[in-house]
Amino acid sequence: MPEAKALLEVDNATLRFGGLTALNEVSFDIKEGEILGLIGPNGAGKTTCFNAMTGVYQLTSGEIRFDGGSLAKLKRHNITKLGMARTFQNIRLFKAMTVLENVMVGADAHSKVGFWEALFRLPRHRRTESASLARAKELLDLVGITARHDELASNLSYGDQRRLEIARAMATNPKLLCLDEPAAGFNPAEKQRLMELIRKVRDRGVTVLLIEHDMRLVMGVTDRIVVLEFGRKIAEGTPAEIRDNPAVIAAYLGVDEEDAS
Amino acid sequence: MTGRLNLAGRWDAVVDRYNAQPKVAKVLWVTLFVVFVYALPLLRPPILTTNSIDFGGVMFRVIAFALVALGLNIVIGYAGLLDLGYVGFYCVGAYTTGVLTIYHGSWPFFLVLPVAIAVTMLTGVLLGAPTLRVRGDYLAIVTLGFGEIIRICVTNIEWVGAAAGIKNIPHPTGIGAEPKPPFDAGGLFEVPRLTWEGFVPSIDNDHKTAFLAFGSRDAIPYYWLILTTLILVLLGDRMIKASRVGRAWEATREDEDAAELMGVPTFKYKLMAFALGAAIGGLSGSFYASSQSGYINPQSFPLLLSMLFVAAVIVGGSGNRWGAIAGGALVAYLPERFRDFADYRMLFFGLALTILAVWRPEGLLPPRRARRAKAAEEEIEALEDGELEGAHDA
Repeated sequence: MPEAKALLEVDNATLRFGGLTALNEVSFDIKEGEILGLIGPNGAGKTTCFNAMTGVYQLTSGEIRFDGGSLAKLKRHNITKLGMARTFQNIRLFKAMTVLENVMVGADAHSKVGFWEALFRLPRHRRTESASLARAKELLDLVGITARHDELASNLSYGDQRRLEIARAMATNPKLLCLDEPAAGFNPAEKQRLMELIRKVRDRGVTVLLIEHDMRLVMGVTDRIVVLEFGRKIAEGTPAEIRDNPAVIAAYLGVDEEDAS
Repeated sequence: MTGRLNLAGRWDAVVDRYNAQPKVAKVLWVTLFVVFVYALPLLRPPILTTNSIDFGGVMFRVIAFALVALGLNIVIGYAGLLDLGYVGFYCVGAYTTGVLTIYHGSWPFFLVLPVAIAVTMLTGVLLGAPTLRVRGDYLAIVTLGFGEIIRICVTNIEWVGAAAGIKNIPHPTGIGAEPKPPFDAGGLFEVPRLTWEGFVPSIDNDHKTAFLAFGSRDAIPYYWLILTTLILVLLGDRMIKASRVGRAWEATREDEDAAELMGVPTFKYKLMAFALGAAIGGLSGSFYASSQSGYINPQSFPLLLSMLFVAAVIVGGSGNRWGAIAGGALVAYLPERFRDFADYRMLFFGLALTILAVWRPEGLLPPRRARRAKAAEEEIEALEDGELEGAHDA
């Protein structure tokens, strides 16, 4: 198998908050077209890693490169425009906007329409608007909440809110989609559907980074897994390798071995 | 409880019925409504008309407030930025007009108007660029200070007339003959108004309004001018709200970090909302300066006015342009209507606002989102009540 190009490279990333080292010389990369799982016990630094990637935190040292370019000093919305989108562990939708509007905000990420074009309804506004609308509707269809497009986001059920987050992130047309515990609070049937959805997303050519606690889901859907513990990378490999890695079992799966197998 | 809510519910039903109409009917209703509003100070309907003060002047104030509220609604209602110093922009617009038309120049009003808008917009950018990086409460405090700073500045700077203010600000150039005081009203033609004996109308030929001359005798031409401006701003507001700009504002209001991570340059859009709001405030201030009396001084722009502007947006229904207009109109109209109560008029005004806030906390005309959220809440409550009752039965 030819080596795929690395889409995202995390290179010796270290992040300190005062005395606390949240990330300690973490290095891994995500190859184009793969589904990479990022796992680790609570407080291992998974979400911190996400936040460093999407520009919420600046690294203390080390570098994160996306598509060959460094992400340091880039504004958060520009990182999104480069092609990295994310969902949130604790759902953060635009609650008072409709489902469709939520997705449209994501679709607007690449819009070049300015104030005057919108005010006078110039051709580019019309074109962009109808393209965004079509894209938003198609994505709602993908995640399966088309029927609720006119509801307020806050009125959706928990599962639908999670699905809407994925649709909104997908609307920004990402190369890399980062999912932060998308299955939290899901029942087994919903998890099954989520796995299918993640595969569908990958089949569209989007690389996926998945933070998840549910071992069955991670083992079932990812191509490779990176394991963090106390801010360090302790293992990396295919799901089968990770399952048999003694360090991982000791650190993380030891208490939960049955669930993992 | 239900009786109190029902009035609001009935009004919502009217709105729903209007929304359900075909487009032609909607256009017809709107046209009729607009014609009625234009004619209002001439029709002088009983009950609505203020008797102890010139109704045309009151209506001018009503629309000027509605225009301000519409601008502030962009800042507070759409972008979610609490601006407590909006009077500052109103003041900057008014003073720019005063300075350029009479105090240090003699430009015609319609040339000054775009300059006044540009100057206020620039003021908005200058104030917003450093302060919009802070959030929530801090922004409120900074803007509160701004409103006062502007007022204190104009009180102390001789160049803009200091405490004495600016007198004899020229009126806008009219159409047709210029008015020649004291008797010739000028204009293209004259329109009589109605007068009422109880509920019986008759034509009053003694008080005619000149079309379209701006003198110091009659406020109605100013009313028409500012009403036309309000309608134009309203149309612009509608276009912008239903575009990516409007969505970016709302997303920023809802969750700034999430918006940023969805590719919204939130700072840029906040600044845009702030500058746009400022420009509309300045526009209204400019009209105020060149209106009937043609006189402004620092006392015309007290802090209280900022509070009234915010009250107008909140009482009307923050986030709904019609709500803001209704709120602005109400806040300007009620104190004038209560003038018959003399010293007690502000008391009645405060009472009216309090009753409104209790009776309809989401505002007089809340945005669609608030109405829907409330409907969903009631539905859930009803379901829960049902479940509880079911539990009791079992």
